[in-house]
Amino acid sequence: MNRFLLPLGLFIVLLGFLAVGLNRDPREVPSPLVGKPAPAFELAQLHQPEKTFAPKDMLGKVWLFNVWASWCVSCRQEHPVLVEYSKKGVPIVGLDYKDQREDGLRWLKQFGDPYLLSAWDGDGRVGINYGVYGVPETYLIDKAGTIRHKHIGPITPEAMEQKIMPMMKELDK
Amino acid sequence: MKGLFALLAAFVLATGAIGKEAAPLAEDEAVEKRLLNIAEELRCLVCQNESLAGSRADLAEDLRREVRGLIKQGKTDQEVKDFLVSRYGDFVLYEPPVKPTTWLLWGGPFVLLAAGLVALFAYLRRRSGQVGKAELTEDEKQRAEALLKDNP
Repeated sequence: MNRFLLPLGLFIVLLGFLAVGLNRDPREVPSPLVGKPAPAFELAQLHQPEKTFAPKDMLGKVWLFNVWASWCVSCRQEHPVLVEYSKKGVPIVGLDYKDQREDGLRWLKQFGDPYLLSAWDGDGRVGINYGVYGVPETYLIDKAGTIRHKHIGPITPEAMEQKIMPMMKELDK
Repeated sequence: MKGLFALLAAFVLATGAIGKEAAPLAEDEAVEKRLLNIAEELRCLVCQNESLAGSRADLAEDLRREVRGLIKQGKTDQEVKDFLVSRYGDFVLYEPPVKPTTWLLWGGPFVLLAAGLVALFAYLRRRSGQVGKAELTEDEKQRAEALLKDNP
């Protein structure tokens, strides 16, 4: 009896590791930027190309920086959530990533515009500086301009309620 | 006849145009070589089983463009890798760095090897103890000799 106990124990430990490994999403790569200042940039705005946007314009506010594109299918999935929370007064700035200007504008017209404004990152350089590898991605940035949280993939109402809103309230104090 | 001659001449001239050396794919071969070298050791984040060198994903193309730019600026390989790690994390490296969170990863196989060796020696020692005790009694010896005589 005793001689089976050790292999069985090892097997159960291995099983535990495999169970945890299988339930993790390999697409969620932790960002090294969390806890660091949001990379600075200055980009033309989507709606008013003559005006620019820089993250420092948002200093003093707790805000969401949402990377989207008209070609991104799962952005449609999260879009109603963003529209809903922007109506509740959550400040969201968009980054139209590797998109054609006209396509981006048409997309916002069709699905609604939850953004205070969108910056236009046509060649994706700002995206690279933010470590974007799959749209949509959303950054939570605090009053001092530090990235506090990164959400990879479409934002769900649960993620908003359980994680992002509590964090925003806490940081807004 | 005249038409045939013109056709022949056209063929001759055409082959002359074809026989040109293929233009190099990249403008700067040295940069391209280094890019390939670095990109082989980096993971593409979109298709995670592919290296940055082999991936045809849009992001991989953009990142190769960035790396090419950095090489042209005269950055070292390490600086190029640091550029990507600071944005995408250690995950982009196929060879993870040795640090407290990866000690188990690097040391784990050796720990398992040591544990296996200890278990093996313990088992062998126990078994050799058992084998040593096996001696024949006087009766058994006589029986064994009798059997050997009967069946040469």
